[in-house]
Amino acid sequence: MLLYIMEFAELIKTPRVDGVVLHRPFMPTVEGTLCLTGHHLILSSRQDNTEELWLLHSNIDSIEKRFVGSLGHITVKCKDLRVIQLEITGMEECLNIASSIEALSTLDLVSLMYPFFYRPMFEVIEDGWNSFLPQNAFKDLESMTDEWRLSEVNKDFSLCPSYPPLVAVPKDFDDETLKKVATFRHGGRFPVLSYYHKKNGMVMMRAGQPLTGTNGRRCKEDEKLINATLRPGKRGYIIDTRAINVAQQAKARGGGFELEANYPQWRRIHKAIERYNVLQESLIKLVEACNDQSHSMDRWLSKLEASNWQTNVKEILTTACLAAQCIDREGASVLVHGTEGTDSTLQVTSLAQIILDPGCRTVKGFQSLVEREWLQAGHPFQQRCAQSAFSNSKPRHEAPVFLLFLDCVWQILRQFPCSFEFNESFLVLLFEHAYASQFGTFLGNSAAERARLCLPEKTVSLWSWVNRPQELERLTNPLYEPNSLVIWPSVAPQSLLLWEGVFLRWNRSSKCLDEAYEEMVHIIEYNKELQTKVNSLRRQLAQLETEDPLLHTP
Amino acid sequence: MEHIRTPKVENVRLLDRSSGQRKASVGTLYLSATHAIFVENNPETRKETWVLHSMVSSVERPPTTSSGGQLILRCKDFQIFQIFIPQERDCVCACVRARVCVCYSELYCLSFNPNVNKEEREESWNFIDLAADYKRMGVPNNLWVATAANSEYRVCDTYPSELFVPKSATPAIIVGSSRFRSRGRFPALSVFFALQAAVCRCSQPLSGFSGRCQEDEMMLQALMKSNPGSDYIYVVDTRPKLNAMANRAAGKGYENEDHYTNIKLQFIGIENIHVMRSSQQKIVDVGEMRSPSVTDFLWGLENSGWLKHIKAILDAGVFVARAVADEGVSVLVHCSDGWDRTAQACSVASILLDPYYRTIRGLMVLIQRDWVSFGHKFSHRYAHLDRDPKEVSPVIDQFLECVWQLSEQFPCAFEFNERFLIAIHAHVYSCQYGTFLGNSQKERRDMRLHERTHSVWPQLWKDRGKYTNPLYKAEQSQSQGVLRPNTSPYCFKMWKGLYNHAEKSTPPRQSPADFLSAVREESQQLEEELTNHQEPITWEKIEVPRRRTSCLPQRHSGPDPPTLYREPIASLAQDSSHTLSSAPANQKTHTKEPALSLPLGPHGQLKSHDPDDLSTCSDLESGVADLSSRSSSGGDVGKDPDLE
Repeated sequence: MLLYIMEFAELIKTPRVDGVVLHRPFMPTVEGTLCLTGHHLILSSRQDNTEELWLLHSNIDSIEKRFVGSLGHITVKCKDLRVIQLEITGMEECLNIASSIEALSTLDLVSLMYPFFYRPMFEVIEDGWNSFLPQNAFKDLESMTDEWRLSEVNKDFSLCPSYPPLVAVPKDFDDETLKKVATFRHGGRFPVLSYYHKKNGMVMMRAGQPLTGTNGRRCKEDEKLINATLRPGKRGYIIDTRAINVAQQAKARGGGFELEANYPQWRRIHKAIERYNVLQESLIKLVEACNDQSHSMDRWLSKLEASNWQTNVKEILTTACLAAQCIDREGASVLVHGTEGTDSTLQVTSLAQIILDPGCRTVKGFQSLVEREWLQAGHPFQQRCAQSAFSNSKPRHEAPVFLLFLDCVWQILRQFPCSFEFNESFLVLLFEHAYASQFGTFLGNSAAERARLCLPEKTVSLWSWVNRPQELERLTNPLYEPNSLVIWPSVAPQSLLLWEGVFLRWNRSSKCLDEAYEEMVHIIEYNKELQTKVNSLRRQLAQLETEDPLLHTP
Repeated sequence: MEHIRTPKVENVRLLDRSSGQRKASVGTLYLSATHAIFVENNPETRKETWVLHSMVSSVERPPTTSSGGQLILRCKDFQIFQIFIPQERDCVCACVRARVCVCYSELYCLSFNPNVNKEEREESWNFIDLAADYKRMGVPNNLWVATAANSEYRVCDTYPSELFVPKSATPAIIVGSSRFRSRGRFPALSVFFALQAAVCRCSQPLSGFSGRCQEDEMMLQALMKSNPGSDYIYVVDTRPKLNAMANRAAGKGYENEDHYTNIKLQFIGIENIHVMRSSQQKIVDVGEMRSPSVTDFLWGLENSGWLKHIKAILDAGVFVARAVADEGVSVLVHCSDGWDRTAQACSVASILLDPYYRTIRGLMVLIQRDWVSFGHKFSHRYAHLDRDPKEVSPVIDQFLECVWQLSEQFPCAFEFNERFLIAIHAHVYSCQYGTFLGNSQKERRDMRLHERTHSVWPQLWKDRGKYTNPLYKAEQSQSQGVLRPNTSPYCFKMWKGLYNHAEKSTPPRQSPADFLSAVREESQQLEEELTNHQEPITWEKIEVPRRRTSCLPQRHSGPDPPTLYREPIASLAQDSSHTLSSAPANQKTHTKEPALSLPLGPHGQLKSHDPDDLSTCSDLESGVADLSSRSSSGGDVGKDPDLE
């Protein structure tokens, strides 16, 4: 530990500068002392009533510096899309601060990350690392069906490095067969159970692409495995999240798709969800459009269009609706995959569950969904969220895959504002923590990496923090009324809105919208209060009535 | 009545295209003097659809097919009805009937007779009292006085007879100034703010390239002097500067800053009525697009230019409001004739400046003053009669939309909801009431509309319950004081409530506003019950109002997914191709003729005997429909229906 601190100290040439002025949009200017620590940029005015700024270095996406005389301006652009300005007097101080921030915000050694140093200041009521164990989820499944078993075939992550140690597979398939199937699927991602639809017993599975290659390799075990999930006489749907030509091209690199001839009981549907580098480009363009200062409507609309962000949202939602439709309306089982099965696949399977399963629309249920379909399912969070929209460096594996998922959830939430137990703030919170956090939840790229990093022992889980009454209160939707039905969102462009809560969050004052939200809460709370009062009065009166029958005679 | 040769046509199929209905319903079409009424055969619902003839903006007759004729009615509130009529002859008759009125006497408001007596009718016209509103603002006072110059409309026939001008503006100055202004529309008070600065309005000066008028200059001087707090005024020309300059060649134009002392001229750049007309057509087309891609949609939105125009109008209002509120400087607003863009800019500024105009009654007062009384040409702009199509333009539509855009930014600042704006919009076009008929106060007087028609305002006031915004808080900061909206392009959205009926109603969304209104209503009942319970003697058991779910029909189920997500699944494709061609077997259900003499609700309103109106999800699987009705009963919410 000491070693690490030494390392930070080397990077921090000037730990403290006085008289720094902080500019934030829609907030008063603050003048104070800037401090750099190993993990934070802190600006404190040392006055009681002004807010301090605590910014995680890992939240900083990029910085720009310029000088006017000896007055230095540092523009700090954050991964949560906030942009702040620091004015620092003195060229040397300014340069030192800028280079320190740059160095500290680009440290890529995981073990140096803040979650390993963070000590919770709150009482942990329920340790989030144990909240969503696969064993428990499987117990729920067992209560509905006995056709599945929990396999330990990937116990040491050797069969599939991106899968968790425990996965649900058809009961009749032994681990040996699974091992054969794993060799036929990209990244060893053999088909596993993603969702069981209680209403009709249909299932959704996910996998990596089949490694058919150019000569049409096949794998009997793979065919058998997925056929085992079909009911007699029923067909299933394979949803390939790639356009047909992309899937064709994948053959040249050893990948491919299921040929109808080998999977006669399955119908393959191709949808075109973009791959990660294209999505990153889309995010960069969208954020640039949102920060455009020209005030021209034409320019805004054409930039919004050119970013393709809304198109991506629509495509992902449409595919998820299709999967849900196959399961719920067609009464068919579904297998979803793209190339690796760690990005678009997860967007589709998790959104389909939001549509189909009311349980996923609760706070806990949604956490469980993120845990199951994203963290355990091997979405490479650390790679995807290494940089955000302001990054100057060439993107490598960065992509707003999870942010797009959250955006889609927000679209459904906005269309069904009474059917979710959580509110928009919860989604924004997940976006923030996926990119920069004091918690260990989103560190690493897979269950295997998280196990290697000993995250449950060394860091605090985001869920431990969220699942406390005071936080839950803030994240709970006052309009919620449990709705046990499937909800079908509209995917028409007219119905899809820009997610202002994320993309315009720092570009406008939220005062009036916050007031409206408070008023909404107030109306509901007041109603509850009255209900309680009336009910207790009624009870009292009923009691009076029985005690004193005279009271009721006219 | 002579048009109605076929008052009743049976076995007609109707498709309400604008609400996203996918399957035509079979029923009987009745043609009254004022309405086309469609009554569904389905004995369970017997849904009635009333389309007011004057709401129909165009009737298309696609070529007759073997299954009969077809009519497409496009309404002025952007609803579209497609009617399939088996007999060609009936089709022609219906078509003839649904054409546009040609003279005032044919208009609906002259035959519309709500059940009120003469006194009530007269009372209805006094419901909105403009003099009282001026008094509320603090005029007349020692700076502003009422002028009798325009009594009997002597000076300006498009102005009201009662007007307020600066005290120092003598009748001679007024008359002189009016001679120098287009159509005689001299500067007069629109809104007086904080007993200091004022927003005044007029038309463009007849200056040409070099003309000047001493009285007009004195008039503007008087405006400035009536605000002791400032030594200049803004003259806001709401036109693009190029247009204003072009007008000089025709002997009109704008104020020469060299001739007028202490004025600051500002151009805002709102486009003219012709640009707006074609822009609206484009946004309506965008709203009607069937399954567009995001690119098509956003491109269509940009290409329509509609939001750009809305932004320009809001920007004009913001400029005026800032000048008045922040700088304390009076503003004189004009465009060409001072009855379109000027009305927009003044009324938007009023909304921003004065919280009163954000109430239900306040908006009525505002529209009555800046639009009705100041001579906005309603009959021309909204094609009440078949006249010059070049005069038609959605001027008040744009004002209402500005208010809607503001209400999105300030959810607690307005007492009314979107429905109120849409209701006003429909009444502007429908001519059910006489309020919006004619082009000026004089015209309305000459037509004796107060004796022959009714005022819409008391009716809207009576229905205010359904127009109330549950989030409105009169005492909250955003309801108080001046609104300072953000007019960055990303703050503007397409008004789906008006331009996208289909998306509004097909997925019967859960509306937070309706939900909250229901909760508030329930709270009120509970409050009453609490008071009642204080006196146990009079106690009687009142049922706890059931959860508000019951008030919100079909909010749980979405649209039928098959056609929505456009999937080429064979069996599904089949389903949707049936929608137009399949005629139900039981066509001979007995029908009850609606009373033709009783034109109840407004034009084109859907009346359903079934409060839950399942028509929009008629093609849902019955199992799903069952579930939704069960969950709305409220009792077993949260219980899994599959367990039963």
